[in-house]
Amino acid sequence: MADRDCNETLRELEIFLDGEMTTEELTVIRAHLEDCPNCLEAFDFHAELKAVIARKCRADPMPASLLSRIEECFQTDLDGDGRIG
Amino acid sequence: MQYAPQLYSAALRMTRNQADAEDLVQDTYLRAYRGFGGFTEGTNLRAWLYRILTNAFINTYRSRQRRPTESDLADVEDMYLYKRLPTLDTLAASRSAEDQLFDLLTDDEVKQALEDLPENFRLAVLLADVEGFSYKEIAEMLDIPIGTVMSRLHRGRKAMQKSLFDYAHARGLAGQTAGSAEGPDHG
Repeated sequence: MADRDCNETLRELEIFLDGEMTTEELTVIRAHLEDCPNCLEAFDFHAELKAVIARKCRADPMPASLLSRIEECFQTDLDGDGRIG
Repeated sequence: MQYAPQLYSAALRMTRNQADAEDLVQDTYLRAYRGFGGFTEGTNLRAWLYRILTNAFINTYRSRQRRPTESDLADVEDMYLYKRLPTLDTLAASRSAEDQLFDLLTDDEVKQALEDLPENFRLAVLLADVEGFSYKEIAEMLDIPIGTVMSRLHRGRKAMQKSLFDYAHARGLAGQTAGSAEGPDHG
C-alpha cells in the first residue's frame, strides 16, 4: 500500500474502467484494490460517474416522425440514379 | 431499425440540435443502405452503424458548425470532481453512491457538459462513455491512433468533470469544498 502503488494504480483507473486491460494487468489492480480502501473508493466513484453519464446522455426520446421519414427514403429514388435510396 | 433511438441520442450530442440530429440519422440510414455491401456478416452491426454516423457527422455536419475542427482544452487536474465532492456516503448512507450521483447531477447538466466539450474530445467521450465502444472501435471510427483516443478521453473526461462540478457548485450542492474549487492554478 505504498504511495507509489497508489499513484500507479490511479494512473490505470481509466484503462481499468474502460475494460481495456489484459488479465495480468487486471490481477495486479484488483490485488491493490483489495488492500487499499482509498483507491477502491476512487475507482468506485469513477465507475459510478461513468454509469450516470451514460444513463443521462442516451435517454432522449426520438421524434416519431423520424422513423417514417427514413422509411419514406427507402421507397424513393432520391438521387435519380435508378436505385432506391 | 432497432438502433435508431440510440443513433438519434448520439446524433443530438454530436450536432447539439434536433433538426441536424434528425437529418444526421436519416443520412446515416441512407449511407448504410447504399453501403450495405461493405458490411461483413458476423461483424458488429451496431459498431458499423456508429462508424457511418460518426463519419457522416464529421464530413457533413461539422462544416456547418461554428467551432473549429481541432480545438484544444485547458488542462484540468486529475479526478477533478472526485476531489471536490463531499464523500457521497455521508450524504445519505442508505442509498447507493450511483443513485446519489444520479440525483446530484441533472440530465440537462450532464448533457450540456458533454456537448460543451470541443468536438474531437466530445466524440471520444460520447463513443466510449455513453455508447460503450472499445478504444480500437473508436480509433477506427475516428481514424486516429489508439493512443490519441486514450489521451482525448483522459482530457475530455477531466474537462467534463470540471463542468459538472461547476454546475453542481452553482446550485449550492457542492458548497462544502467551495474554498478549494478554483484549483491550484487560480490567480
